[in-house]
Amino acid sequence: MKEGKEIPSEILKIIKKYPNKRASLIPILHIFQEKFGFINSEMEKYIAGILDIPPSSVREVTRFYTMFKKERLGKYHITICSSISCHLLGSKRIADYIKEKLGISPGEVTKDGKFSLEEVSCLGYCDISPAIMVNDEIYGNLTLEKVEKILKKLSEV
Amino acid sequence: MSDFPKIITQNFDVENAWDINVYIERGGYRALQKALSMKPEEIVEEVKKACLRGRGGAGFPAGVKWGFIPKDVEPRYLCVNADEGEPGTFKDRNILEKDPHRLIEGIVITCYAVRVHKAFIYIRGEWGKIAKKLEKAIMEAEQKGFVGKNILGTGFSLEIVVHRGAGAYICGEETALMESIEGKRGLPRIKPPFPATKGVFGFPTIINNVETLSNIPSIVLNGGEWFANIGVPGDGGTRLFAVSGHVEKPGVYELPVGTKLKDIIFTWAGGVKDGKSLKAVFPGGISAPILTSEELDVSADYSSLQKIGSMLGSGAIVVMDENTLMIEVLDRVISFFHHESCGQCTPCREGTSILERKIKKAMKGESSLEDIDFIEKIANSMVGRCLCPLGDACGMQVVTIIKKFRNEIEESFKKREKI
Repeated sequence: MKEGKEIPSEILKIIKKYPNKRASLIPILHIFQEKFGFINSEMEKYIAGILDIPPSSVREVTRFYTMFKKERLGKYHITICSSISCHLLGSKRIADYIKEKLGISPGEVTKDGKFSLEEVSCLGYCDISPAIMVNDEIYGNLTLEKVEKILKKLSEV
Repeated sequence: MSDFPKIITQNFDVENAWDINVYIERGGYRALQKALSMKPEEIVEEVKKACLRGRGGAGFPAGVKWGFIPKDVEPRYLCVNADEGEPGTFKDRNILEKDPHRLIEGIVITCYAVRVHKAFIYIRGEWGKIAKKLEKAIMEAEQKGFVGKNILGTGFSLEIVVHRGAGAYICGEETALMESIEGKRGLPRIKPPFPATKGVFGFPTIINNVETLSNIPSIVLNGGEWFANIGVPGDGGTRLFAVSGHVEKPGVYELPVGTKLKDIIFTWAGGVKDGKSLKAVFPGGISAPILTSEELDVSADYSSLQKIGSMLGSGAIVVMDENTLMIEVLDRVISFFHHESCGQCTPCREGTSILERKIKKAMKGESSLEDIDFIEKIANSMVGRCLCPLGDACGMQVVTIIKKFRNEIEESFKKREKI
């Protein structure tokens, strides 16, 4: 991505919602994260240019919020809730199973780029614990059998 | 068993209640029409009379909060706290998914009452899908003239912006939330100045939780007194209790403020899963100091739980059965706060790091009994020494778990020592 004078309309639309430009930083970062699967320093500089702020002000934000990634996530990013309610209902077994099946640990991506894994704080789905999220999709009341099916289905797509 | 009104959940079982037409058919946006015929101050008065205390965790009376906004400063903002991240809490998500227009109607009335023309809904980042649905609901409300310019021909205008977070629990703290809206790291601010005088973008700001605001339409329709009479003195209305963990029927239960904790767990949520006995409960999310099975004959309202050294918090009840290992609970508590500490205040940043190292060592069986005293000492040193309540919550919880389950934790430390 090159630093150009044209600001994409999608970004302009966001900037207009806020009393000042900087406030649109997090929504803009979401767009980049969703589009590219990661945010690198080139993108940080580009965004900083649009918002008239130093690149360091963008960097401190991308490093603070866990949803912005330095490196590309898998096509299917699996987040496993490891907080109390899911833990009580066996999230550790679910996590161990997924790790073993995919052969990766949290923070890693499978060699084919298909899956990445992350253990996260409460996802807010304690009524269907244990729960995981795959990209935007929530899966709850998990058993090992259900997880096996989910992974199988995703592997085929 | 249920001769009390359903306020927040009245549409939860109605099919497609998230559709604006269904909401309107069920009496939706009538409260807005009534509100717009009232004077703004009259609405604030009704909410004060209702004794509606904030549903996010701190429990500050909403009407009183609104009253703090200075009359002569423009612009002013409303921030809706939908950054539901407290482990065990999922009530606001249910409102957003099942009845978003109740929230939107509450927002418009509130903004009219405190003369706000721009509101931000700060929704947690993981809920991208819910955020999109919410934006769609706002657009529908705009098309019907309930949001936007010149609402229902009254000349009052309001813009609502949905702002997604990006995975930081701390942004549920009101001043961190404002920093985050401004495009910065979510580092809590020093108070004072309070948000009511100097909030987001430096202007007067009201911050209210999703459930709090969703009560406003019913208060306007039925009056503050009606609402106050449902709960306990000084703490009106119903609460959404989110029950999870080892219970037969996890879910959200709307019950009057002051319902006994044991009734919520045993009568409503079906009791402990698989007929086991109850060992412990977090009565208000992971931040609310743990209660033992002997302490459940307590009224679930802010002051009653405070009196026994805990808190109602966000109303998230996490139930643990007899087989739950307290060393593991301690590990989950510490690990959560360590991960979510923003790192601004030394006692919290270093405290949670030290606790995390110690508990991980203990989990591996590499600790001695003296480590329990050390963990207690570190946890105690965090309380009352940080800008926001995160350090306090971690410290208090760790100290309370060790105090109430010391024998078991000592046994665990010893047993794991042998492994």
